[in-house]
Amino acid sequence: MAKQISVFLENKSGRLAHVTKVLGDAGINIRALSIADTSDFGILRLIVNDPINAYKILKEAGFTVSETEVIAVRMPDSPGGLASVLDQMSEENLNIEYLYAFLGMSGNEALVVFKVEDIKKAKISFDSKGIKFMEEQELYQL
Amino acid sequence: MKELQETHFYLNYCRKITGIKLGGVEIMLYWNKDMECMPREQLQELQLRRLKETVYRVYSFVPAYKAKMDEAGVKPQDINSLADLKYLPFLTKKDFRDNYPFGLLAAPMSDVVRIQSSSGTTGKPTVACYTKNDINNWAEMMARGLTNAGATRESVIQITWGYGLFTGGLGGHYGAEKIGAAVLPASGGNTKRQVTLMHDYGVTMLGCTPSYALVMYEEFLQSGLKRSEFKFKSGLFGAEPWSENMRKEIENKWEIDAYDVYGMTELVGPGVAIDCAYKKGLHMAEDHFIAEIINPDTGEVLPEGSHGELVITSLTKEAFPVIRYRTRDLTSMNYEKCDCGRTHARIKKILGRSDDMLIIRGVNVFPSMVESILLQIPGIEPQYQLIVDRVNNMDRLEVQVEVSENVFSDEVRKMEELEASISRELNSGLGIAVKVRLVEPKSIERSEGKAKRIIDNRNI
Repeated sequence: MAKQISVFLENKSGRLAHVTKVLGDAGINIRALSIADTSDFGILRLIVNDPINAYKILKEAGFTVSETEVIAVRMPDSPGGLASVLDQMSEENLNIEYLYAFLGMSGNEALVVFKVEDIKKAKISFDSKGIKFMEEQELYQL
Repeated sequence: MKELQETHFYLNYCRKITGIKLGGVEIMLYWNKDMECMPREQLQELQLRRLKETVYRVYSFVPAYKAKMDEAGVKPQDINSLADLKYLPFLTKKDFRDNYPFGLLAAPMSDVVRIQSSSGTTGKPTVACYTKNDINNWAEMMARGLTNAGATRESVIQITWGYGLFTGGLGGHYGAEKIGAAVLPASGGNTKRQVTLMHDYGVTMLGCTPSYALVMYEEFLQSGLKRSEFKFKSGLFGAEPWSENMRKEIENKWEIDAYDVYGMTELVGPGVAIDCAYKKGLHMAEDHFIAEIINPDTGEVLPEGSHGELVITSLTKEAFPVIRYRTRDLTSMNYEKCDCGRTHARIKKILGRSDDMLIIRGVNVFPSMVESILLQIPGIEPQYQLIVDRVNNMDRLEVQVEVSENVFSDEVRKMEELEASISRELNSGLGIAVKVRLVEPKSIERSEGKAKRIIDNRNI
């Protein structure tokens, strides 16, 4: 389980630079990110070391921000690692809204952030299938 | 035989005074020379007589008018000259709204033969009722305008203003039929078919919005048809503001004469004022209306030739007479006799509005309408901006809406659904297609704390 910070951005030059500067100035480290965009706007998704502060600071800076529960899934950093996780999720009928990879590595493991439709169901399925995911505090300290 | 000869002589005589022949083609100069060229003194007598009748009519039959006049301390018998008009209270769009739908009706409903309504407004649309005489007078005004624009019995006139509640289509239609021209009631839309109809049916004249004339031209270029295969010669264009440059563009591209027409639902529809061949201002049908120019801030009547807000009083309307209706259009009036011979005063091209109304593809849009629609969508805050552009000769309205946390989602699909649903609400509420763009909070320009609501890039 982890808290993701989502930020609404217009498709205009300098907007991403502004967000990252605001976070940088506050000493917040970005651990993972992805941007989903349309022709008009983008949604920036961030995993940071201090989501509570990051949320507050971005809000104060005037951004539209939200917190979202996501799961950081651990998998072997080798060919077929992600495929096997996705396969098992499909067997469990878990719907994925989106996913993106973590920037840092953790030993021989890769970390992928999943946003799923039903997070409680996902956790139970992961436990039963033996899919490992990272706890919140551990994730922020990476 | 003698009778026939006399008829023939009479017809020729009529042509002598109302028409000229150019290259074997007859062009009528006036539809109703007696009225259109009436000496001003005589015209003013007629206006005063009709004004008195109208004032008596509304005072007797419309409680809302009576209340307004009583409050202003004016009785019908106080109106004894055209100059006394200034004592009568103004009528505004709000009065139409407050008396929705039939509160301003000055004739029994049994005499009403038509109800039109302004398109695309939320809440309460502007209603217009017509008696048989009102319809005839309206057709007369449009017949004059179409004649000025070159229409005769020989013409084939394609009307692409919308037919229905909007006054454009039926207004043009009745005028053209009165002349005896062949009318093609094409209504709006399907440009490809419009061009085909125009080509195949030998259309000589078009009645539409000026921007649509250019859209049709683009379609004509695409069609591969030859210009020489068309009989298209002139057009009457209106229902949206357009510039002299746009007139030149239409005339040069299509190689036609383009004429302007002015009107609004509250007054009658199109036909209140129309261009003549000299195109130096639109002749107002002064036997049916009186114009005043006022200072929009103080309501004071300004001297002849001044620039200000156009205020119009109807003289012949039976169902929905208007006394001193504030059009909100900014212009000036020219009372000099025109080179065309008409004595009716001319409205200069409309230069702007004294309120924030936008006219987009013939539809009236107030920022307040956008606001009330947005407020009905859960979670949406009324932080918005209207951006109007003219892209490929068509007006385009973009509404920018600030995204608040209430509606923000980290999923693109949900945000796109939000965009689409706002778009849908605005489309159905305003009656025109709207492009919605979601923007960041506080990104809409605010001056002195007050958001700037309209950016009009059209350069009209």
